Amino acid sequence: MKIVVCVKPIPDPSYWARLPLDPKTHTLRREGIPNVLGLLDKCALEEALRIRDSCGGKVTVVSMAPLSTLGTLYQTLAMGADEVVLLSDRCFAGADTLATSYVLATAIKKLGQYHLVLCGDKSLDVGTGQVAPQVAEFLAIPHVCHVLKIDLLDGGRVRVKAKTDDGHIILETDLPAVLAVHRGINQPRLVSLMGLVAAREREIKVWGASDLEVDPARVGLVGSPTQVAQVFAPQRRRRGELLQGEAEEMVRSLMARLEQAGVMPT
Amino acid sequence: MDFSLTQEHEVLRQSMKEFGERVIAPKVREMEETSEMPMDVMAEMAKLGMMGVTIPRDLGGTGLGHLARMIMIEEIARISAAIGMSLQMLHTGAGAILGGGNDEQRKKYLPDLATGLRFATLAVTEPAGGSDPFAIQTTAKLEGDLYTISGRKCFIENSHLADIHTVTARTGEGPRDISTFIVDKDTPGWRPGRLEHKMGLRGSQVGEVILENCKVPKENLLGAEGQGVRVALGGISAYGRPGTAACGLGILNGCLEAATRFAKERILYGKPIAELQAIQWNICDIYLDLETSRLLVYRAAWMLDTAQRADAEIAAAKFYATEAAVRAAKKTMDIHGAYGCMNEYAAQRYYRDAQLLISAAGTSEIQRMIMVRKPLS
Repeated sequence: MKIVVCVKPIPDPSYWARLPLDPKTHTLRREGIPNVLGLLDKCALEEALRIRDSCGGKVTVVSMAPLSTLGTLYQTLAMGADEVVLLSDRCFAGADTLATSYVLATAIKKLGQYHLVLCGDKSLDVGTGQVAPQVAEFLAIPHVCHVLKIDLLDGGRVRVKAKTDDGHIILETDLPAVLAVHRGINQPRLVSLMGLVAAREREIKVWGASDLEVDPARVGLVGSPTQVAQVFAPQRRRRGELLQGEAEEMVRSLMARLEQAGVMPT
Repeated sequence: MDFSLTQEHEVLRQSMKEFGERVIAPKVREMEETSEMPMDVMAEMAKLGMMGVTIPRDLGGTGLGHLARMIMIEEIARISAAIGMSLQMLHTGAGAILGGGNDEQRKKYLPDLATGLRFATLAVTEPAGGSDPFAIQTTAKLEGDLYTISGRKCFIENSHLADIHTVTARTGEGPRDISTFIVDKDTPGWRPGRLEHKMGLRGSQVGEVILENCKVPKENLLGAEGQGVRVALGGISAYGRPGTAACGLGILNGCLEAATRFAKERILYGKPIAELQAIQWNICDIYLDLETSRLLVYRAAWMLDTAQRADAEIAAAKFYATEAAVRAAKKTMDIHGAYGCMNEYAAQRYYRDAQLLISAAGTSEIQRMIMVRKPLS
């Protein structure tokens, strides 16, 4: 079983309160902020490691990120991944989810045969939840999101339990497939000291645009149809307003205000 | 000069941080109330390989070294100095065998200690003296192939937990005729004595170890007869003092986090007290003590990892980090005001825990005596 796990190093959430926004580039200024792996990414890796440990095979971690995240990705090797491929190139910078998914999918194809691609449902920082489905579309394979349980079946199929708004749904699909795991699927293992020693023998490969032979027009900022128009920290100001008059009049006034605020169901 | 940690160290720190928050933090309140060591936490630590951090790989450990050990204990002690102290003393027990033992003894004991199958500790202090290791009254008499050891050790960390005790005993009439022995707790005549009730580090065991005509084979002698203080102090210097210092680092981290969190949340005069200069200066002092202590502790560990003589540097690290932890805990209490005295806040625990680090592995006065040898030599 060859499993690819897509992960994304993100700024350490404990530093988020002091992450400054750059009004010109509309990006976060990440200098001096350590990176970590999000919980869902670790859940995806944990699931991959458990499948490999029970069925045999290989777990490859793929990540598109700056070179400065090598240390963060080392954690995946220490957790037990067999290899890591870091996709890093200046021209990848500024990518939206579509351009990111394109690069990830291209790298997965370049890795050769694979049976399963696992991702977190969404990243902890941006949280669009778009990358896993888009990667599946680029690879032209099925995908399931919000996955809570994975059972491998005979005949190259997989049965998954996925969370829905009202409960859960059981689905079966052919492999290869992309599965985006939901919180609670497992408790990711902690890195052991033995894992740290074992990681010394494993490799982090770095692939740039030329290694992947990607279309330059489809990567990075130029390849991103989504452009950030404005970025700002939300102002959390509370303002009280006292309604006066008869009860019926006050309720009518309140309802009008709620409708105007867009919080009433349509 | 490069102060950056390796990828391996950074990942280790992250993992230990997660371990502390996920596994230890939920146990702290219970430890405070019962003073009992949570054995499931010890088992988890063993499973992660934390017992064998400085034991070489060919003896079942990971051999990650002293700096890795400091990072590990720092992160554990950030959540619970009691667990940090207990862990570091297990390392010290194993370290005495690693440093003072012969190949046969290392192969016999260290693989089990590395995996946590068995626990070790070091038992030197007696009612007659701890800082003066030559004042001990425990005796060991050689009769045939067996030493008969009799005496009473006190204030021994992990006294009731450890399976293997490295004990010092008097083997001759001369004032310096002290030897060190490995004593298995299953040896007839060995028994745990009183378990102390401490003001801090609740959950770590400190108690008496009693040896009554305890017969151990002469193969259990660590090093040469008459060299026992050197063997024991070697373990204390290379493991006990840095380990205690790393516990101080953990408390300093905890203090800085608690003090800044409280100062940002507590509103007085219409604004968070973090905006008051008096509070800022206290927080700054804690920050400075943490940074200074960490430099001293990490440097001492680096010297051990690079096989340099580091007695003075280790003493400086132990002295500074533990005294700084006491200072920082006091300031953290001050910043909290009356809240700091309440059990719901960690400040009072840091204060009680920090003080116990001062006497462990040699008082501050002993550290001064060791340090001053360097400039005076």
